[in-house]
Amino acid sequence: MVEAVPYDKAFACRLLRDMLRIRRMEEKCAELYGTGKIRGFLHLYIGEEACAVGALHALTADDNIVATYREHGHALVRGVSMNAIMAEMFGKAAGCSRGRGGSMHLFDAETRFYGGNAIVGGGLPLAVGLALADKMQGISRVTACFFGDGAVAEGAFHEAMNLAALWSLPVLFCCENNLYGMGTALERSEAQVDLGVKAAGYRMAAARVDGMDVVAVLEATRQAAGQVRAGAGPFFLEYQTYRFRAHSMFDPELYRDKAEVEKWKERGPLHTFSARLKAEGKLSEKEFLKLDAQAEKEVAAAVDFAERAELESIDDLLTDVCTPGAAP
Amino acid sequence: MKISYREAMRQAMHEALAGDPRVFLMGEDVGKYGGTYAVSKGFIEEFGPEWIRDTPLSELGFVGAGIGAALGGMRPIVEVMTVNFSLLALDQIVNTAAVLRHMSGGQFSVPLVVRMATGAGRQLAAQHSHSLENWYAHIPGIRVLAPATIGDARGMLAPALADPDPVIIFEHAQLYNLEGELADDWQCDIARAAVRREGSQVSVFAYGGCLPKAMQAAAELADAGIDAEVIDLRLLRPLDTETIAASVRKTHRAVVVDEGWKSGSLAAEVVARIVEDCFYDLDAPPVRVCSAEVPIPYARHMEEAALPQPAKIVAAVKELLNA
Repeated sequence: MVEAVPYDKAFACRLLRDMLRIRRMEEKCAELYGTGKIRGFLHLYIGEEACAVGALHALTADDNIVATYREHGHALVRGVSMNAIMAEMFGKAAGCSRGRGGSMHLFDAETRFYGGNAIVGGGLPLAVGLALADKMQGISRVTACFFGDGAVAEGAFHEAMNLAALWSLPVLFCCENNLYGMGTALERSEAQVDLGVKAAGYRMAAARVDGMDVVAVLEATRQAAGQVRAGAGPFFLEYQTYRFRAHSMFDPELYRDKAEVEKWKERGPLHTFSARLKAEGKLSEKEFLKLDAQAEKEVAAAVDFAERAELESIDDLLTDVCTPGAAP
Repeated sequence: MKISYREAMRQAMHEALAGDPRVFLMGEDVGKYGGTYAVSKGFIEEFGPEWIRDTPLSELGFVGAGIGAALGGMRPIVEVMTVNFSLLALDQIVNTAAVLRHMSGGQFSVPLVVRMATGAGRQLAAQHSHSLENWYAHIPGIRVLAPATIGDARGMLAPALADPDPVIIFEHAQLYNLEGELADDWQCDIARAAVRREGSQVSVFAYGGCLPKAMQAAAELADAGIDAEVIDLRLLRPLDTETIAASVRKTHRAVVVDEGWKSGSLAAEVVARIVEDCFYDLDAPPVRVCSAEVPIPYARHMEEAALPQPAKIVAAVKELLNA
């Protein structure tokens, strides 16, 4: 028995819309990768959209976000324009990191989006520091740090978890457990696959939620963030999710069965959520198609923007290594 | 006024902590212990445990936290006990602090100061005697400083904290007990190398713990009638090529002293720049006095043999001058 979606039609459709925007944008990215418009590494989030959408809708615009190299969705939902994201992937100066970062390094100061970190676990200490700065300055703010299940094997994870708990910092650790660190299954890399136990080792509050269900993600994140915001210290939230596509565009997927992927696809966050809304009378097929068409339109406009955007002059190659006037 | 290098560094930190609420000190044993080298002795009582923050033995974690705190509006001084342990934090320094500004298209600067002791000479053996300044000096996006005098120990921190980008300060462990007069004009230009002794016949370049050795060698050379100029590189990245070249154009001979191993050393970079910029000013090939290519041994005589020493510098200069 599926519980009723506890949101009004407008908000529920917004969640669906954001998941659709990520999905359609990334499908286009994969296509553009095939044609060589986008290069470098491209890690698609397809299948995991409910995590970013649910989590980010539970946070406030003033909160800090730290993400990984699989962060297109987080950046988009956070409010970075699709134009700026697409231009970044095209390596254009109009990109959200001026073309210096690419797919793995989307940044946006305006929305307090601290990237786009492509070292597994690398963002966790950074999140601890952001939260420390807030605490020391008396600022009430949550720093939400996204990372995958692969990161829990890194020393950075354990050091950051300990520091955050030891200093009672307002960090929300958002673990998107998609069961594989690149091609290595969690049970092949961790002696303890119950990730909440790791949080308990640091006396940190923890919860686990169905990461394929945008409502469950949103509610769990809202509750966890509320505790963190209230000064209860850090929180470890595990989203159980699944990546439908390969790890990156170079991954032949030898490490998992097609049947397993297909089974998870049955729980796909887009169709399950839209089915629920339809069953509750909060969405008609026509409305769904309209949302989808809007997403497609936004993607087409973003691609057009990125195509037309200027490349930065190579005369500017050395800019932004150091602050102007600070060091040669 | 005569003070120690340790005291000069302590005064600089005290001034920074007292003068700017964004500045805080974080690291292993900086608080209750008073600092491994006693540089922050008494600070925790004065500024409290929030601002003098003892950390667990988590170099990667707390250096990364320093980066985050810098992004979040603070001006952290992160003390990594020694360069040897900084290897555990290398990822955060190289993959985050140094690149964040560029990778974000100029949106996020990291105004972080990392201090660490460096160097050998105390029979601490292979794992506690590294001089890896050059590893950091290789990385674009960070500034690398090496105070070698009482004045620079007093004067380098303030401009380092004012730098909007990450700065690493290497304090040679052998220097903490160094005593000397603190001149009134201790303010430091962290963009320039410093001429520590004017001379005409040969330029001796050194930094950090090797500077006193170079000065001692220059004094001995003076007794032998050889007039050596001593340049304190002090800014290891970006190198002050202008001051280096000006000295070589004057003396036409160069000896570079570096406690790092010779292969891929900072000395190699200095020599390369001299050759690139002043080849036709040189009367002889530049010479390097570096550490022997061996993990630093424990036995005192072996350690001494492995490191640059005044006698080796004197010998190198004499050979260069055919004196």
